Order: sequence, then structure tokens, then C-alpha cells
Amino acid sequence: MQLVLEKRAERSNTIALVSPLIAIGLTIVTMSILFAILGKNPISALGVYFIDPLTDSYSLQEIAVKATPLVMIAIGLSLCYLANVWNIGAEGQFLVGAVAGSWLAVKTQGTDAGPWVMPAMLLLGAAGGALYALIPALCKVRFGASEILVSLMLVYVADLFLDYLVRGPWRDPAGFNFPTTAEFDPVATVPVLIEGGRLHLGAVITLLVVAAATVLLGRTIKGFEIRVVGAAPRAARFGGFNSNQLILLTFAISGALAGLAGIIEVAGPVGHLQPGISPGYGFTAIIVAFLGRLNPIGILIAGLFLALTFIGGEQAQIAMKIPLDVTKVFQGILLFYVLACDSLILYRFRLIFPSRKVSRGAA
Amino acid sequence: MLDPTPNGQRLGETPLLQTVGLTKRYGDFLANENIDIDIWPRQIHALLGENGAGKSTLVKTIYGLIQPSDGEMRWQGEKMVLSGPSEARARGIGMVFQHFSLFDNLTVAENVALGLDGKESFKDMSARLQQVSNAYGLPLDPRREVWQLSVGERQRIEIVRALMQNPKFLILDEPTAVLTPQEADQLFVVLDRLKAEGRAILYISHKLEEVKRLCDMATILRGGKKISTCNPQLETAASLARMMVGADIKEVRAAAGRQTTVPRLVVNDLSLEPDDPHGVRLEHISLELKGGEILGIAGVAGNGQDELFAALSGERLAQDPGTVVIDGHAAGHLSITQRRKLGAAFVPEERLGHGTAPRMKLSENALLTGHAASGMVRHGFVNTAATLSTVDRATEAFDVRKAKRDPEAASLSGGNLQKFIVGREILRSPAVLVVSQPTWGVDAGAAAVIRQALLDLAAGGAAVLVTSQDLDELAEITDRIAVMFHGRLSEPMVTADATREKLGLLMGGSSLAQKEAAHAASA
Repeated sequence: MQLVLEKRAERSNTIALVSPLIAIGLTIVTMSILFAILGKNPISALGVYFIDPLTDSYSLQEIAVKATPLVMIAIGLSLCYLANVWNIGAEGQFLVGAVAGSWLAVKTQGTDAGPWVMPAMLLLGAAGGALYALIPALCKVRFGASEILVSLMLVYVADLFLDYLVRGPWRDPAGFNFPTTAEFDPVATVPVLIEGGRLHLGAVITLLVVAAATVLLGRTIKGFEIRVVGAAPRAARFGGFNSNQLILLTFAISGALAGLAGIIEVAGPVGHLQPGISPGYGFTAIIVAFLGRLNPIGILIAGLFLALTFIGGEQAQIAMKIPLDVTKVFQGILLFYVLACDSLILYRFRLIFPSRKVSRGAA
Repeated sequence: MLDPTPNGQRLGETPLLQTVGLTKRYGDFLANENIDIDIWPRQIHALLGENGAGKSTLVKTIYGLIQPSDGEMRWQGEKMVLSGPSEARARGIGMVFQHFSLFDNLTVAENVALGLDGKESFKDMSARLQQVSNAYGLPLDPRREVWQLSVGERQRIEIVRALMQNPKFLILDEPTAVLTPQEADQLFVVLDRLKAEGRAILYISHKLEEVKRLCDMATILRGGKKISTCNPQLETAASLARMMVGADIKEVRAAAGRQTTVPRLVVNDLSLEPDDPHGVRLEHISLELKGGEILGIAGVAGNGQDELFAALSGERLAQDPGTVVIDGHAAGHLSITQRRKLGAAFVPEERLGHGTAPRMKLSENALLTGHAASGMVRHGFVNTAATLSTVDRATEAFDVRKAKRDPEAASLSGGNLQKFIVGREILRSPAVLVVSQPTWGVDAGAAAVIRQALLDLAAGGAAVLVTSQDLDELAEITDRIAVMFHGRLSEPMVTADATREKLGLLMGGSSLAQKEAAHAASA
């Protein structure tokens, strides 16, 4: 008996929808084995991970708060990936956006600046992220440098730059030498939606971004251009689309969204600039983008699911002493299965029975 | 070179190779159904059929590349099961593919060494290569790198590589598709010689005259089934064609006495460096094409046709705007989108990946070339109704057969996709149509539809430039023919005067004036 992968005549839309679910299922099976090896009861560990966070309103809000940056970044990344260019450095663009926006907050600290500060910070954050993302894009277009490497390496540059700022020039003089800026003024803060809650305006902006991306990809010629450049570059050139321009554009958009997510995170839930503002949002967003099938609505759902793993991971650490790194293992395994299951969209498994091969070697 | 083998097909002798009820199934699709063929030594056996008739599947099965779903093969009377091509080669089955598998940056000898399962040293192998190639009149320099060679020379490498294994049975897949008529003649001499040595040859082709001339036996496939095995010399080209197609092919008819009008496509002294090191430099190309006229460009593939197409379409830009003039506008510096807005339309050779995005729907592929110059886009938004209506109109006008209203491009057969692509461009009523290999790999029915569409378009006043390797096609539809060789374009001649011999000489690189001068001198 032989198991072969056979190419399908046309891509299977059913599998395209089901494949993320298969991937999640396989990940949960693998995680159960891992929990068992760690000596934990898999059923109760999975319960703490995936069920408990859904049962109280604090955790639900927290999921939305975590999903906000993930979805916003992943939407930008999906545009790059659809165009077949690989921005791996959203984490760096997130941090630079946070720094760029925080600059205004630090400069206006304690002054009587009006309510224009917060919107201006968001614009600065987006611009900072976009400019930072244009570095790898320009290197690729101009010199043929790998955008994967350049964008990834710039993450560490951004990380250390932020570290320098909050330990040096921007450190809060009254902060007992902790590496952090002072708490931002109220005008420099993204407001919460419900008094006393944690859910903030960023969630609304994210929903608007999802809607805009849906329209862009589904209805506009620009969206078509992005998809065709990624799917068939030579046909795109024949169609009159300039792939270099598109590399710059998709990198700029994804950098802007990552930067916007960064400044919203700092000016919202965190409230000041400090190292460690991101638990790896920029990298997790890559998983979100693929789990969501590079589709805006899919990304929204996938972002909520991955946010759940962050919250579940924290609770599992508290309740069951499961190391927090298990969450990263979980996310890595999930990406692995998502990419593996995607091959089933274009291929199918087929069993071949060797009934007629009995006389092999007769000659 | 071989053991003495029985002469021809005598009763009581066993054939060299037999397939009995050979069947290959892909899902519900039967690529080969119950095929019985006997191949005898000392015989050139033609395998005839349209694209998609199952020829490739059958020979790939015989060569061990794919496993049959049913039926069996017998080699010299004994049952044979092949798990791969190396087992086929070990028994003495060789194959020369239509698409060469050669590494451009390696030498001839290195390429041959890679293809042999050899145990001999590289030096011995090179010597044997030289000896085999000389013995069969297939001269090759083992030290040259492949990218420097012409297509005909590359094919020689493949043939010599197969002959070095001393095969009893050689399969050739459309070997003359890439050759000039003169090169084809040389190949036939080699094949006759191989036959005389007692080897068997399976010759895949759809050129009927060639088969009548060369082959002792012909098996015709249609829709995966064997239609008949016959002696092609006792058949006419028309009767063979009928068996291949299953019906009489509609004649293509030109409107009598087309009027030519003003020049609509002019190329002035266009020279262009290639953008990759193995490309061809275009040198001083000039042509003028009037409305109502069809100009054909003949030539062996790889002589600059692709580069010329890119320069005309605007996929590559020229320095000087005046080198390409579309409908009176200097366009050498304009992008493909701007050229489309001037009324030009383009159909490239590659259907999948160049002319269309394979995994996108037909409506999206209509948008691919229609976004610039039709009402498909308003304020940056795509009008889906307009793209779908283009699909419907092309389907209607060109009889595009597909499983649903708007399938992915890759799911269409070659002929139907080509009809869609040509239709998509013609529905925009272009002033100038540049089309490359319009009926390459297309079934005869679709080819007739496409050729008729080109004739009708010209009759409506458009200028049509057709690049093709199929001389019969050019003879059928063009008014004038020019030949491309090494990046240069010959002076066009009126189609009625363009004999195969004249074209063949130009395709091989000699200028007609030279030949005539040589004739005069020798007379």
C-alpha cells in the first residue's frame, strides 16, 4: 500500500476553510502529549488554556486587548504575503512606531497641550513604522537584498534603540531609576471604551482596519494588483503592474499598521514607554496572518484565538505552574500545522493498493 | 551494433514491445483506455493524435515514468513492469523529450554525463560521445556550454545521450517541432539509419506529411483511445487528420481582397540588449504593418522572438520613443498599460503564468489586461459585473468550454484557455494585435477558431503581427512573412512567394542574396 500526494485539478475551497481547523485540532493533540510529558493532566491543562479565559468578563476584555495589536499587524503582513514579499520585521516596526509616537508624549509632558496630542501620536507612530519598514523594502528594490533578513535584523536594532531611550534621555527622573518614561498625560493616552475597563479605542480602529482591508482586497484594482503580483509575477508584469512599487507600498502599509499598533499599545494599556512592551506581537502576528488564510475576516478570528493562547498561557502558569514558554511552543506548532495543512488545498492524499504488482520482477 | 533481429513483422515472431489493454486513470479521467500497440524491430512507428489525446501518457508509461492503472506491457514477449526510467533504460528503451532537460551553464559532455547511469570515467565517456556523434552524423563539440548552442544542437545532445546507451527502442517526442525544415531532413537520415540497424523507433508527431514520409506504421489516438493502426503511406493526410480529430476540420477562410490602410504598427531600427545573459540581442529591427494586414514572423524558437514581443508590448522599454510607433503615436518609452490605451493588444506565448494568472478566475484574468482600457475600473474600484460580462462574451463568441461560469484559468484545457485569451483581447477591438504562437499546443478545432478570429480582426481594419514556428499556419493566414534569426529580422516577403525552402534558408541564418550569388557563381 502506498500513500501519495496527488495534485487537484482546481484548488479546494472546502479545504481552504477547514484547514485552519484541522491545524488547530492537530496542535491540541500535540499539546496534550506535551502536557502529559510535563506530568500535567492534559484535559485540565487544556481547560485552563482554552475554556477558563472565556468564562469571565475580565479575561474576555483582556483577550480583545491582546487581539487588537495582533490583528492590526497581521492585516498589514497579509498584504505583504499576498504580494509574495516577506516582512518578518513587524516586531521592529511595532517598537519604532511606539518610540515615534512616544516622542510627542515625552515632549509635551506636563505642558498644556490640547487633545490633538493623542491623534498626532498615532499619526507619528504609523509614519515611524512605515519609514522603518521602507528600509528593507528599499534595500530589496534597489540592491536585491533579502527583505526577510533585513527586516528581521532591524527588529533587534529597534529593540536596543528603545532600550537606550528609556535608560538614557527619556528616563523618568522620578522613576527610581527604572528604565521607563513617566506615565503619559491624559491627552496623550488612548481612551478606554468602558469606564473602569481595559478595552480601548484601539479595538475600534482595528475593526475599521479589518473593514478597509476587506474592501481593498475584494473590490479595488489595487487589491487585485497585490494578489496578482504575488500569485503570478510574470502575468502581473504583463498586466502592467509594477512589482517594485508594490513592494514599497505593501511594506509601507504593513509598517504603518505595525507602528500604529505599537503606539496604541504604549499610549493605551501600558501608559508609558518601557522595554518589553510587546510579548512578541510582531512575530505572533505572522501566525495570525497565516491561520487567518491571509483574509481580513479570517485574521480577525485568528487574532482572537491567538490572544486566547496568551491569556490561557498566563492562567496556566498561575494555576498549574506550566512554564510561560509553552505558549510560544504552542504558537510555533500551530504555524507548522497550518502551513502543512495548506498543501491539502492544492493536493490530496490517495491510497494506492498494489493488487497488480504481484508479478513484479518476472522479466 | 545489435544482435540480429527478425526483419519486419513476421507471423510467429514476437514484437519488441507490446502493450495489452494499457489503461491510465487519473481520478475519473481516463488518459489512456485499453491501448494495444505492437512495436517491431526495424520499424519507425508513428504515434499520432491531437494535444490531450493521450500520447504523452502512453510514452511516459512505456518509459517507466508513470505506472499504468490496468493492462500490461510485454518486452520481447515477456511481461514487463517498470518502476522507473532507469529500469526502462536498462532494458534498452531510450527517450528524447520535447522539452530538453539540459543545464545551460554546463558543457555538452557534462550534460551527457549527468544523464547516463554510467560507471565509465569522464574521459572515456567524452571520447565515446565524440565517437557516437560522429558515427551518426550528429556533430557536437563536447566542451561547449549548452547556452551557446542552437535548439537543433541541443536536441542533438539529447539524441546522442540516448544513443550512447545503445537502445533497442527509441522514443522521440515531437522532435521536429523546434527544427528548421533542413535540420528536420538531417534528422530523418539519422532515423532511417537507426532503423536499418535494427532498432525500433516510436515517433510522436502531429505533422502528417512528415509521418507519411518517414514512418512504416502509425497508431492514432483520440480522447485516450486507440482509433486505428495503419500504414500511413497508404493513407492521405486528410484521412489521417480525420482519424485524429474525429471530424473534418473547418477550413479557415480569408475575406477576399482585404483593403490595407494606414500604417498602424511601425518599428524603426529597434536594437535592445537582452536583460539576461542567455537572452538574444535585438539588432536593427524595422517593420511596417498597415491596417488590414497580417504579418507573420517565422523562425526557430530562441532567435529573439520573445525579446521582440517584450519590446513591442512594453514589458521592456526602449530608450528611443520613436522605435515603436502604435497608430501614429511614438510608444517606445510607454508602459504596456499606456500602449493598451493607444489601442494595442497582446497575446503572449505562455498561456499560464504570462497570459493569465493560473490560479485566478477568468473574470480576474479579464481584468488583468482590461483594467486600463475598458470600463472595468471606476475610481479604483473593480466593476465585477463588467469583468464577468467579458468572460461571458468571450465564452459566447469563441465557444470557450468550461465547467462553470467563472472557473480558474488553470482548470481550462489549453485550447479553451487560448480561445479565452484571444477573445479577451479581440473583444476590445484593438487597432494592433501582437500575438505569439497563437495555436501552440491547441487542438485543431480551437486552432481553426483562433486563426479565423485573427483573419476577421484584420478584415475589420486592425494590424496583426503573428509570431509562429508553424510555417503552415503562417502560410494559411498571413499576407507577408519575415524571418527572425539571431535577433535580426529579414525583409518581409509576400506569403505566396515564401516557399518552405526560402524560409528554411532564412531560418538557418543564410541570406537569400548570398545563396543566389553562390548559385550564379557555380552556374
